[in-house]
Amino acid sequence: MQLRFPPLCAAIVLVFSATFAQAIDVRTAVLRVDYQTQLPISRFDYIPEDVGFAGARLADEDNSTTGSFLGHTYKTETRAATPEDAEAALRELLDQGIRLVVVLADRDDLLRLTDQAAQSDALVFNAAAPDTDLRSDDCRANLLHTALSYGQMADAVAQFALWKKWPRWLLVAGSNAGDRALADAYHHAARKFGAKIVEERVFEDTGGARRTDSGHVLVQRQLPVFMQDTKAHDVVMAADATDYFAAYLPYHLWTPRPVMGSAGLRPAQMHGGHEAYGATQLQSRFEKLAGRYIRDADYNTWMALRAVGEAVTRAGTASAEGVRAYLLSEDFELASFKGQGVSFRPWNGQMRQQVLLYDDRVTVSVSPQDGFLHQNSPQDTLGLDEPESNCTAFD
Amino acid sequence: MRVLSAHAVAATLAAGLALGPMPAMAGKAFVSNERGNTITVVDTEKWEVITEFFGGNRPRGITMSPDGTKVYVCASDDNLVRVFDAETYEELPSLPSGPDPELFILEPSGTRLYIANEDDNLVTVTDTETRRVLAEVPVGVEPEGMGMSPDAKWVVNTSETTNMAHFISTEDYKIKHNVLVDQRPRYAQYTADGTRLYVSSEIGGTVSVMDIAPDGTPTMIKKLTFEVPGVLPEWLQPVGIKVTADGSRVFVALGPANRVAVVDGQSLEVIDYIIVGQRVWQLDFTPDEKFLLTTNGNSNDITVIDVAGEKAIKSIQVGEQPWGVVTQRNGGS
Repeated sequence: MQLRFPPLCAAIVLVFSATFAQAIDVRTAVLRVDYQTQLPISRFDYIPEDVGFAGARLADEDNSTTGSFLGHTYKTETRAATPEDAEAALRELLDQGIRLVVVLADRDDLLRLTDQAAQSDALVFNAAAPDTDLRSDDCRANLLHTALSYGQMADAVAQFALWKKWPRWLLVAGSNAGDRALADAYHHAARKFGAKIVEERVFEDTGGARRTDSGHVLVQRQLPVFMQDTKAHDVVMAADATDYFAAYLPYHLWTPRPVMGSAGLRPAQMHGGHEAYGATQLQSRFEKLAGRYIRDADYNTWMALRAVGEAVTRAGTASAEGVRAYLLSEDFELASFKGQGVSFRPWNGQMRQQVLLYDDRVTVSVSPQDGFLHQNSPQDTLGLDEPESNCTAFD
Repeated sequence: MRVLSAHAVAATLAAGLALGPMPAMAGKAFVSNERGNTITVVDTEKWEVITEFFGGNRPRGITMSPDGTKVYVCASDDNLVRVFDAETYEELPSLPSGPDPELFILEPSGTRLYIANEDDNLVTVTDTETRRVLAEVPVGVEPEGMGMSPDAKWVVNTSETTNMAHFISTEDYKIKHNVLVDQRPRYAQYTADGTRLYVSSEIGGTVSVMDIAPDGTPTMIKKLTFEVPGVLPEWLQPVGIKVTADGSRVFVALGPANRVAVVDGQSLEVIDYIIVGQRVWQLDFTPDEKFLLTTNGNSNDITVIDVAGEKAIKSIQVGEQPWGVVTQRNGGS
């Protein structure tokens, strides 16, 4: 893909003096692609109808409060579409003149929509797709990621396991493509930080209903059998991106060991129980508005639109080009409620950030862990570092 | 003359001793313990804990009446300001604060209390005598820091998500100036002569320095940055600020860097870092300005800094997760 954004350093300096005088009406959109999927294993995980959109509403409120002091207004359009309708939905948003779009979609649809947006010089924020190749070979110049990559998730869990001195991992992976990609991220994390995957087992997805009456009776008999006769290990790493088996692993192992990854201790960008670093205020604002707990998709959408708000506030620009240049510059930083500011990696557009480690009730820890050092930023110990990424769209 | 006035002081002190249940002359510091839900009382001469009493749910911001007789505490989870007698530690009638009060500032007359409502994007103005809300001022998202100009004409509120210092006129409760600062501004502190204002940004890692014109108009002149060998820049998170009365030294608490920066108020250069307890947030001088107290939330103690020597001399265990500290002026007599 052709790089449509010229390098922009001068533009930022120019607009600074005009920031306060200039009224700006900021128009953004969230496009969510909804898929026919199996129900989640647990009904606690049912996806709310306004997932992602509620994060956008909170961002509009937060940005508008700040904007009220500067003469800036914010309005975000939200659209839910099927994979078939998604292009038409994006067309309609672009036709309205919107050039800043948050997309919640799977990898292939995200790429298709991003390329469509590029035709209109629009900037896309990925708030959902974790696939590592979107940050490497398949990166796009007009695509920034607030969603964590599989690499960031696996590295965050890996650092904690090693901090605990649990270096021997039994990897249990699902059989779907996403599960395999996540399992690859755990292999990569093990090599990167010096853990050993002593054995890997694949739990086949044979389809069928996720919900059956008394399903736990079979699980209780079958899973321990599947998990017997393994090599000695400290911890079970579960790679189940499609959510069909990992939730059953704790308590149904043959050898009693902690489970991490897709069950047990899980990586999260934000969860409703997180209170440290001032997050209580984020939670109560969100819950007042949405009537439910925040989810990663809401947080990622909120972060993307808050980042846009920072560009408007600080650089006085709401154009795709101006926002992108500011967000990729060293001037950009945004508080994240996770203890440190976040920024975008200039080599692949990934937001560098802390990762919460969550046991379904509380924040157990926050990665990067103490002692994992990096020459630029400890946050760059998570996910693809500059030399590891094959992305050239940002050069 | 000198002899006479000394006698008068002695007589006053004697009367105070005879009347009060506690010697009024001993200096005290009050520390709010956010997690412990208590207030620790520290003797600032012997540097010993006198007592610890219930301070409401999630006590954070803490201040005292100008006469030193009352302690005001932002009881964040109770959505009110709790008031305690500084001698008996008995609870007095509470003040309305608006939701989730975090920090506040009391005007020098002791009447109007300006409270940051972190959950509601408001600054609430409460009359401490009538216990009525006088005004609610809409500000940016997550208001926290509260500073006041020495002439009490201006209140400065910092909003942590909007990232601004809002200058509120105390005459009409309207915002007259907004200044953008770095991420997550936590605290605002004027110099005693009112010509300068310091605003800390926790995530930005900076302290914004503004010159204040006689009419109150701010002009940003510098952003202080910090650097400590062996400490990750991400952990240099400025929060509490105190300035000596002559403006020559500025002390900045650096949160998880476990240090207080010493800044030259003239050259605006950082001249030293004093190691204190863990996650240092708020500061207060003793009234004679000989000592500076720091609250260290993750080591459950306060550090006593010798201001002239610019070094830490003692740490004192207090309650769980100390957040704020105030020292008693005027001996409470």
